[in-house]
Amino acid sequence: MATTMVDFAALAETLRRVTVEISGEGGTLGAGVLWPRGSVVTNAHVIHQRRVSVRLADGVRLEAELRARDRDADLALLSIPGSGVPVAVLADTAPVRVGSVVVAVGHPLGVRGALTKGIVHAVGPLVPGGPPWITADVRLAPGNSGGPLADVAGAVVGLNAMVVGGLALAVPSARVIAFVRAAGVAAG
Amino acid sequence: MDALLTLSNELAGAVEHAGRSVVGVNGRRRLGSTGVHWRAGLVVTADHTVEVDEDVTVTTPDGRTLAATVAGRDPAIDLAILKIDAAGLAVADVATEAPRVGHIVLAVGRGPRASWGVISAIGHGRRELLSLDLTLYPGFSGGPLVDVKGRVVGVTTSGSERHLQLAIPAATVDRLADELLRRGRLPRAYFGVGTQQVQLNDTLRQRLGTDQRTGVIVVDVQADSPAARGGIVIGDVIVALGGRRIGEPTDLRAVLRPEQVGETLVVSIIRGGEPRDVRVTVGERARR
Repeated sequence: MATTMVDFAALAETLRRVTVEISGEGGTLGAGVLWPRGSVVTNAHVIHQRRVSVRLADGVRLEAELRARDRDADLALLSIPGSGVPVAVLADTAPVRVGSVVVAVGHPLGVRGALTKGIVHAVGPLVPGGPPWITADVRLAPGNSGGPLADVAGAVVGLNAMVVGGLALAVPSARVIAFVRAAGVAAG
Repeated sequence: MDALLTLSNELAGAVEHAGRSVVGVNGRRRLGSTGVHWRAGLVVTADHTVEVDEDVTVTTPDGRTLAATVAGRDPAIDLAILKIDAAGLAVADVATEAPRVGHIVLAVGRGPRASWGVISAIGHGRRELLSLDLTLYPGFSGGPLVDVKGRVVGVTTSGSERHLQLAIPAATVDRLADELLRRGRLPRAYFGVGTQQVQLNDTLRQRLGTDQRTGVIVVDVQADSPAARGGIVIGDVIVALGGRRIGEPTDLRAVLRPEQVGETLVVSIIRGGEPRDVRVTVGERARR
């Protein structure tokens, strides 16, 4: 791995391995992140049926079942069969720093595994008292939902959920971890 | 990924460093803007975001709200300078070297919020502004443009058009701050002509030895104005002022800046088909 240059390609490789494509009736629904213990996390707004198909980076398709959903947090948890699939590395729960470089991987407009880059624009609630978000000046499009927002070490800092005013909004990993834990799956 | 991690940490560090002297400016009804604590007690911001002259406040990084007075404005370049009682507020670390095209920069907004890109050009039209390939999000105008060390290289503005990504270079901001401190205010330059753009035909351009395609024709000279005293008359075509090309009426505004007040500038004109130079001492517009 190159250490003397800015290596976005290696970062893209790392993240593509843990990013899935979720599809159901009507084609591609969005992206998801391979989480520890045979689970996949994605956005609640991506999942409208109990059973969906999850496509791994190597092309393998797995049947996934909805385990938990929190529409307020826009999070959903799926379970997948089998073991041996890679899992995402999660960033520690310290808040990300404004200005640090982040990347998103997803399937914007059907382009599989596309990488976009930017920086953390702001961290915190959008409205006083609201839930925290990570805002990033990273270009997202339909198909990015539920995919990872990661730091330059490849650790997932959040789950991309929507675009507001041209900016990406991601659910912070700490919130995803709490959601998964509440759903009864250890974060690992 | 070491280089990438280093870059990422430097960018985040730059935002933190610059953020200490970034304030929110509350000078318009809708969304507030951003300002930079440029010198002790002086905050600079984008002029178009300060819509009122009274009841302006600034919000410090630690959440305090301070009263501010508008000490001076330069609408031509979109800069306003506010005075505050800035006890405990860090002064911006202003870069001393000139910005270069291609340098990585961050725009910092109140919050702090951040946006990154590069300096894409220096010189916007005939003005000395920096063009940026980053997005200035709502509320960013008036905030600092910083390098990867967090040193301020300019003050950002989306312009009165609201959709541009520009920065006023730090050197220009410094000049205006000096001017304000020297005179106690920022005077507004007064020239005293009304103009319209005119084409310069090929014959004329050949005679002048220039590739300049347009100038401005004087359609009005205000009585007893600096232009009138300098001998400018209706029908003169101004092609340069103070050595800078004048191709359209807004170019005059770009040259006639506060620091030109009292200066004598060479005005290159065409009168009766003949080029000639006259001298005009820039006056000061009466204060409102």
